[in-house]
Amino acid sequence: MSVIYVDNNATTQVAPEVMEEILPYFNEFYGNPSSMHSFGGQVGRKLLEARADVAALIGAAPEEIIFTGCGTESDSTAIWAAIRSYPDKKHIITSRVEHPAVKNLFEYLSKNGYRVTFVPVDRQGHLDLDYLYKNLSDDTAIASIMWANNESGVIFPLEEISQAVKEHGVVFHTDAVQAVGKIPIDLKNIDVDMLSLSGHKFHGPKGIGALYVRKGTKFFPFLIGGHQEGGRRGGTENVVSIIGLGKASQLAANHLGKDITRVKELRDKLENELLKRVPSAFINGDHKNRLPNTTSIAFEYVEGESILLMMDEFGICASSGSACTSGSLEPSHVLRAMGVPFTAAHGSIRFSLSVYNTKEEIDFIIEKLPPIIERLREMSPFWKEQKSAS
Amino acid sequence: MWEYTDKVKEHFLNPRNVGVIEDADGVGEVGSLACGDALTLYLKLDENRLIADAKFQTFGCASAIASSSALTEIIKGLSLEDAKKITNDDIADYLGGLPKEKMHCSVMGRDALEKAIVNYLGEAQKKVEGQVVCECFGVTNVEIQRAVRENELTTIEDVTDYVKAGGGCGNCHEQIQEIIDEFLGRERPAVKKPPRLTNIQKIKLIEETLEREIKPALKKDGGDIELVDVDRNRVLVKLRGTCAVCAKSQITLKHYVESKLRELVTPDLVVEEVQS
Repeated sequence: MSVIYVDNNATTQVAPEVMEEILPYFNEFYGNPSSMHSFGGQVGRKLLEARADVAALIGAAPEEIIFTGCGTESDSTAIWAAIRSYPDKKHIITSRVEHPAVKNLFEYLSKNGYRVTFVPVDRQGHLDLDYLYKNLSDDTAIASIMWANNESGVIFPLEEISQAVKEHGVVFHTDAVQAVGKIPIDLKNIDVDMLSLSGHKFHGPKGIGALYVRKGTKFFPFLIGGHQEGGRRGGTENVVSIIGLGKASQLAANHLGKDITRVKELRDKLENELLKRVPSAFINGDHKNRLPNTTSIAFEYVEGESILLMMDEFGICASSGSACTSGSLEPSHVLRAMGVPFTAAHGSIRFSLSVYNTKEEIDFIIEKLPPIIERLREMSPFWKEQKSAS
Repeated sequence: MWEYTDKVKEHFLNPRNVGVIEDADGVGEVGSLACGDALTLYLKLDENRLIADAKFQTFGCASAIASSSALTEIIKGLSLEDAKKITNDDIADYLGGLPKEKMHCSVMGRDALEKAIVNYLGEAQKKVEGQVVCECFGVTNVEIQRAVRENELTTIEDVTDYVKAGGGCGNCHEQIQEIIDEFLGRERPAVKKPPRLTNIQKIKLIEETLEREIKPALKKDGGDIELVDVDRNRVLVKLRGTCAVCAKSQITLKHYVESKLRELVTPDLVVEEVQS
């Protein structure tokens, strides 16, 4: 059975071009980039190219890029750097819909001497900007607001937010793990101090991330060790993955034009057709300000895990905001923060597409999913009540 | 991804006995949309009071559907007396086991069966027994005690896996721990309550309780508490450290300090925070 992969916000296929690029660096060019000999030196030069490619994708300078082990490490590095750079400031601020990489660290800090503000979102997934601005003060060490949400795909107005945060003189970090490679990002025009990205979200390898640190930003390393990354992140470079990330960045820059438009068309088709065919279903979050590849669809009166496992029988890979899939008992904090009713949150499915999805695959999902929902609803004690009530 | 047995998958993909029995002799409903799973079980009895037919409707995950399907298969042909003896383990065993985090699905099946039998026997539906401990999922102390006793649960996590209690905000973890401790026969270090307290005794006991019970707990979260005064039954305190700036401090005060003092000193105490 072939796999129809529409779970690209979880992870993506490594691009064939990336594979080709990195393979020789496992066993052929295995030198240490820090070595004095030219065998290692050639690897060092390759890393320079990769750094430049990553920088170019987000409109940064190469020396503003620090390679890390993953998106989470980038987030942790940024947040701890701000906290250690401003030890007297005891307030930090973030949104209620962050990825656990940020959310859980802020929750940890809230129990360890920090006053934390979690900025709410409305039903559309829009951030309460007034609330954010109102809570910025001289005591604020860092504001960390994601660029785009991993579940709803809703994009925050980063330009406006960064301006306001910087006006208050507060360090601004953004977790852009879901945004990089999916929408154009140009840090020449947006005043962000630190930005996290992750390779495997845009067809690079897993286990490689990067942190952008704007020139002049106070910094404190998370891993203290060797001189690598200018002393900002000790440890021998993950050469293979860095080269992969560089190549993936090149490809992503090329995809940002018409390829992403095609992805968006497929996404729109998928959600329009599903909404047309399935009653009592709706999109979670703002329809317009959204990542072009993401849709979160709530199917009322059914439970997400059951939908996923029935789709799995057809090789369709998606994910769910339901409680049961994660092992926790409550539906996703993002959907709850948005005020999605429980009737719909438990049955919310996220489809996230990539440039590798085809029209045929989307048609296949449009054909297979509605009968699955119908079947599960026939089994559900609430569906008949709902139908007879309406 | 969950490691479901082939039998769970098979009962999920091809559930037996889905549907409604219009002239059912007994109906049992458990769960809710908010909780993420719900089951309605229908029983039809024959003239010998054997279960002639059983059908179900379930909203929930794969293991909830599979547990419902298994339950109906198990009970068909049983007498009511034998059906009463079915436990959640019987349902899980029938399916070749369930992931630990999914055991609550089998408990839901057992609960629906009990309710359906009670419904048939015309016994008044038991009012919710006991007091709600977990407010997120509406689980009572009686239900938790039963799950702990029947399944020999020893941790809060276990309790959450079986009856969901404690799986939401986490505010009830302490109460769940107390129920587990009670079952395990663990004595909690408690200050013995003298029957009637003089003023001096009361103040001393409040001080003692603050020092022994409350301060260590607050300190774990980086906070501290100071006794300012005791005026009849009003306990005036000042909060320091993280507690003082924490938005939750009111809740901490009301729910934690007050309930501890009421439990260990005297039940009519009221805690008030004094602004410094």
